[in-house]
Amino acid sequence: MSIRALDTAEPGLRDLTAPELGAQTARGRFWGKLRRSPSALVGLAILALYVGLALVGPLVAPFDPGHDVLRDQFLPASVHHFLGTDDLGRDEFLMILYGARYTLYLGFLAVGIGLIVGLPLGAASGYFGGWVDLLVQRLTDVLLSFPGILLALALVAGLGVGLRNVIIAVGVSSIPIFIRLVRASALSIRELPYVEAARALGVPNWLILLRHVIPNSLAPVIVQATLQLGAAILVAAGLGFLGLGVQKPTPEWGSMLGEARTYIFTDANLVTLPGLAIFGAVLAFNLVGDGLRDALDPRLK
Amino acid sequence: MLTYVARRVLVSIPTVFGVATVIFLMVRLLPGDPARVIAGVLATPEDVDRIRHQFGLDQPLYVQYVTYLFHLLTGDLGTSTRTGQPVTQEIVSRLPYTMELAVVSTVIAVVVGVTAGVIAATRRGSALDLAISALAVFGLSMPVYWLGLMLIILLAIDIHAFPAAGAQNPLGFVLPSITLALFSLALVARQSRSAMLEVLNQDFVRTARAKGAPLRTVLVKHALRNALLPVVTVIGLQFGALIGGAVLTETVFSWPGVGRLLVDSIFSRDYPVVQGVVLMLAVAFILVNLLVDLLYAYVDPRIRYS
Repeated sequence: MSIRALDTAEPGLRDLTAPELGAQTARGRFWGKLRRSPSALVGLAILALYVGLALVGPLVAPFDPGHDVLRDQFLPASVHHFLGTDDLGRDEFLMILYGARYTLYLGFLAVGIGLIVGLPLGAASGYFGGWVDLLVQRLTDVLLSFPGILLALALVAGLGVGLRNVIIAVGVSSIPIFIRLVRASALSIRELPYVEAARALGVPNWLILLRHVIPNSLAPVIVQATLQLGAAILVAAGLGFLGLGVQKPTPEWGSMLGEARTYIFTDANLVTLPGLAIFGAVLAFNLVGDGLRDALDPRLK
Repeated sequence: MLTYVARRVLVSIPTVFGVATVIFLMVRLLPGDPARVIAGVLATPEDVDRIRHQFGLDQPLYVQYVTYLFHLLTGDLGTSTRTGQPVTQEIVSRLPYTMELAVVSTVIAVVVGVTAGVIAATRRGSALDLAISALAVFGLSMPVYWLGLMLIILLAIDIHAFPAAGAQNPLGFVLPSITLALFSLALVARQSRSAMLEVLNQDFVRTARAKGAPLRTVLVKHALRNALLPVVTVIGLQFGALIGGAVLTETVFSWPGVGRLLVDSIFSRDYPVVQGVVLMLAVAFILVNLLVDLLYAYVDPRIRYS
């Protein structure tokens, strides 16, 4: 199956990977464009807020979010509980504060798995061609045939729930997109004179892959990785919402939302707030990804 | 053309085969003994043995695999451990609900999405363009499950305009289909906007304008027709997001479709049903993309993949 939507976005990006452009000016242009992109700036601002909350929040919090006082359940917002309390009398504000950590941790690790497995496979597939390419591409076809959240869902059904398994499941489902992306770049890079020169000098293939093919195909990968962070958070929280993700008492936003569903008639805030937190995180990564794409695309001036 | 169709169809067959294999391995390689899991906590060792034998789990892996493939070829997806019904029957009884939802959502997404994309492209840089582009990013970032719950709070609990759950009432259709459509709508709007912008820069559009054709004719006859090609591809791709979204949407609205069946079956460890639903949805996704690819080659005579 072909992902043509991606292919159409690539040729422009690939041009930038040619080293003769002059790294300094290209880099200067990139930062200039990124600074002037309103979407990237808004995205980065939201991200800074989230990272700040995740890092500093737990240090200044007066008590642990797991601290439940049953007689305090469903309290409205007050000076003691900024956003009120949930069904077990836990402070909603602190729960969301701690949740930022899990969400970011989960997203970065899952996309990390996608990159670590996807980059070398894609580069080798495009660079070597032949049976390696055939094998890797058929495998990618199979993985891409599981629509949307389904691959992660099926993996969790097999592996079982919990933080570690969610990271594995979401990570595995982001592998094929990176394979496709890097392969497309590698196909054009392997024809370039400097790769030929390296080969003529007797540089081993693995070193050519590591030193030339992978670094020069990174531009589209960085854009996709940023967008994929948003997608990974969305899928992981979706698993949490279904009750198949991170389990309680971990304050993960998706599972908080799933549990709060039961109390939607009692306290709608418990549904609104964790969802808003997920939405903000995904939006931030999507905005930064869009900004990066525009800044890296030489067609747009 | 015919060679292309034949090749494209043939390439799909190993993919379907691969998907079936991955699903088989996923269930077999999971840690723990499936027979014990199916039998439940209260089962005696004899019960577990009986179940292991009943599901063929006492056979070597390759024998199980061959039997599994053979059954698939005859359309036999096994028996639900929860209800004792054939898996195919379970799926067929739920499928119409999911299909209805998917079709209505796709129609909403395409009609509204293309319109919004074209408007944004023709008024590039205007406040309206900015608003549409911003809404599209919002739509792509919105968790479907959260959107569904927000709609329930606003339109079902606060003002009682629509039922919060269930498929009995025609009005019950409104909230789930809007929920499911939004992501695809945003995707289609974005793709139509950029496709339209690309086409509007082409020479033939300038020529049409130069020879004095009215703006409306240029937009619809020259630009939109050519811009729709990439949009067709996105409709195929968004179908994946739609199926994934259906699993979540059906859970939010207690909708009796296959997505809900899948989640329920995962919880009750009804592996034959889990296998069957995942396989069915993946094959549907492969077929839709196959159709889109063929349609694309048919509509655009320039495209002949070698």
